[in-house]
Amino acid sequence: MADIAFLLLIFFLVTTTIETDAGLDRMLPPIEPPDQDVVIKQKNIFTVNINKNGQLLVEEELMDLKNLRQAAKDFLDNGGDGTCNYCKGRNDDSSSDNPTKAIISLKNDRETKYATYITVQNELVGAYNDLRNREAQRLYGRDFTEMEAEYLNPETATEIRDDLKDKVKRIQDLFPQKLSEAETSTN
Amino acid sequence: MAKFNKKKDGDLPAVSTASLPDIVFMLLFFFMTVTTMKDSSLMVENTLPNASEIKKLDKKDRVIYIFVGKPTSQYQKTFGSEPRIQLNDKFAGVGDVGDYILQERAKKAQELQNVLTIAMKVDKEASMGLISDIKQELRKVNALKVNYTTYEGDAFRNLQ
Repeated sequence: MADIAFLLLIFFLVTTTIETDAGLDRMLPPIEPPDQDVVIKQKNIFTVNINKNGQLLVEEELMDLKNLRQAAKDFLDNGGDGTCNYCKGRNDDSSSDNPTKAIISLKNDRETKYATYITVQNELVGAYNDLRNREAQRLYGRDFTEMEAEYLNPETATEIRDDLKDKVKRIQDLFPQKLSEAETSTN
Repeated sequence: MAKFNKKKDGDLPAVSTASLPDIVFMLLFFFMTVTTMKDSSLMVENTLPNASEIKKLDKKDRVIYIFVGKPTSQYQKTFGSEPRIQLNDKFAGVGDVGDYILQERAKKAQELQNVLTIAMKVDKEASMGLISDIKQELRKVNALKVNYTTYEGDAFRNLQ
């Protein structure tokens, strides 16, 4: 009995691969260009450039990767034109007008290492998540990331999901993720 | 008094193995339930980067995998040491990615075709040029939902 069970056990031990099934979700832009050109004010764009050595140029200034998250948060949370009543930023006139108008533009070199790119992506997504968590804590007393995970989990009961759907949508609308990726540069 | 003397010889009784099958079966069932059969063997090095802001991937039947990385040592003679794309069990060029996605998409059930995610399992050491080309190909076939598969961990460890 035990022999047979051992045999099966060893078979499954050998064939097992525990899958890594998590990662950063991103949407690519559709290939058709939009019908009309959209005019965006320069101050509403937060440019991040990564060169081939993994150095960052943020808003024309060299920056350490560790400071990127805070810089992105400051930019998104700025609320320059005063229409954003939940922003806690500096209301700096030369930075973004409103979180809904703020765009982060990411550009990288062809020789940039993938690991660096993922780190930058992670920090930018992290900046959005931090701000969304703050608002979710204020409005609903719990973290946005936790709410979203529960909403996306297929095992959650339907009525809870319906309830979460509106909340998640509302928080997403407060800080919409506008992360644009330009085509890579060759030099 | 022989009865009492017997105890003094110091031998421990053998450990009962009666519960061994139970334990083994328990382990067996554990591995049976967590096992997923490997459907393609990796031909490229695939050390994923770390990230902290991750989301769990959808069910497996809604995911198409693309592997990128340096060919492993046994393939390096024929395919060189530059990062390559692996689709299913074959090495492929950038131009094959679009066809592959369309083929895989056609195989899925009708209701799943619009909710597919492309999971990119890319080695840390790969350069962004190749990834951008793949992204461009994905945009051409309108497969826009992408997941950069990573390990969970501190993202700054990637830079070391």
